[in-house]
Amino acid sequence: MTDVIITAALVVAGIGLACSLLLVLASHFMGVKVNPVEGEVRDCLPGANCGACGYSGCDAYAKALAENSDIPANLCRPGGEETTKAICEILGVEAEAAEPVTAFVHCGGDCNKQVYKEIYQGLNSCAAAKMLYGGKGACLYGCLGCGDCATVCDNDAICIVDGVAKVDPRKCAGCGLCVAKCPNHLISIVPKKEKAVITCSNHEKGAVVRKECKNGCIGCMKCQKNCPAEAITVVNALASIDYDKCIGCGKCVEDCPVGCLEMLKA
Amino acid sequence: MKELLIILMSAILVNNYVLNKFLGICPFLGVSKKSDQAVGMGLSVIFVMLVATAATWPIYTYLLAPNGLAYLQTIVFILVIAALVQFVEIFLKKFIPALHKSLGVYLPLITTNCAVLGVTINNITDEYTFIESMVSSLGCGLGFLLAMWLFAGVRSRLEESDAPECFKGIPITLVAASIVSVAFMGFGGIIDKLFA
Repeated sequence: MTDVIITAALVVAGIGLACSLLLVLASHFMGVKVNPVEGEVRDCLPGANCGACGYSGCDAYAKALAENSDIPANLCRPGGEETTKAICEILGVEAEAAEPVTAFVHCGGDCNKQVYKEIYQGLNSCAAAKMLYGGKGACLYGCLGCGDCATVCDNDAICIVDGVAKVDPRKCAGCGLCVAKCPNHLISIVPKKEKAVITCSNHEKGAVVRKECKNGCIGCMKCQKNCPAEAITVVNALASIDYDKCIGCGKCVEDCPVGCLEMLKA
Repeated sequence: MKELLIILMSAILVNNYVLNKFLGICPFLGVSKKSDQAVGMGLSVIFVMLVATAATWPIYTYLLAPNGLAYLQTIVFILVIAALVQFVEIFLKKFIPALHKSLGVYLPLITTNCAVLGVTINNITDEYTFIESMVSSLGCGLGFLLAMWLFAGVRSRLEESDAPECFKGIPITLVAASIVSVAFMGFGGIIDKLFA
């Protein structure tokens, strides 16, 4: 009886030993040397592989940081301040934390405000919807509402509310995947601060815009004239905001006759 | 030759590991969202199944069986397969980095996958010779690849379909998987006729 137990134990232990020897030898002779700093930096990064830093992924950014200390350590958008701090500690460099940002959809033409010209029943994708006469809405610039941006978002920060995509700034990491996805280029990265944002992207003249959407910017220039910080300029009948100058006073939001300016809820 | 072909075809179609024996469901549901990933996973499984069979069959036949230790096969097989997959991963990382990059993500996932273990143990229970075991593993791997690839297609349709709210996600996927599985039942008995 004892023989059986001993043989079994010996065989399993022997096989285990052989396997571990094989692995030890393999890692000794064939192991690929990884810079330990690279591994540490990689552990700090969130692993979203979003590409907002300009490298192909978190691994590539960690590698670049480990090899070259001149590369700024604050490029990771999803990681934000904490990640930058952690990386700086490892590399022993100083870097200012990147300003927190969020994506914002520059369209407020929801189902109560926009005029629809067709009923779209095709593939549930903005890219497909756009191919059919530029989408169901009368406004050719507006949100198509099929949620292509929501599908690419890794953080579930985007949802479609009343036919228009809305970004939740608390969840948004600012990686910019949705910016690249939107076929109407409605989304941009804005500072995650209480500043004014425009919820329209329509460049048509006021009279045309009024027929298409109650929320559309008519280019009346009231905001440009009244802005105390001179942060707003109206280009091609559409207001655009310089976030470096905007002080977040909210005057434009009060003044706007169509209500296409609002304060970002950071 | 004919027997080998029968083993191969029946492993792919009739005794499909995913759709008939319900082994390897975890990667089947986990990695079948996109067809290119599904194919990558399928290829890795074929590879690991072949390597695992090549290692476990001799161990069982020449080490375990003669010493009356057949009951140890499960634990020994897990041990050997896990070590081997790790070894292959190290090897690929060093010598074929491109292949490691494309297969690397999937390799640890299938280290102790039940489908891989199932193939090696079934080869023993079916009393296959070494060549037959290898052919059977190849067939099982190909069957897994086929099931993954077909189901990835089904799932991409599912994504677009308007399922009831409570069925969305995993429930409708499981329903679809069972329908695909039932469809594969239709292959039962085809092998005898094919090589008659």
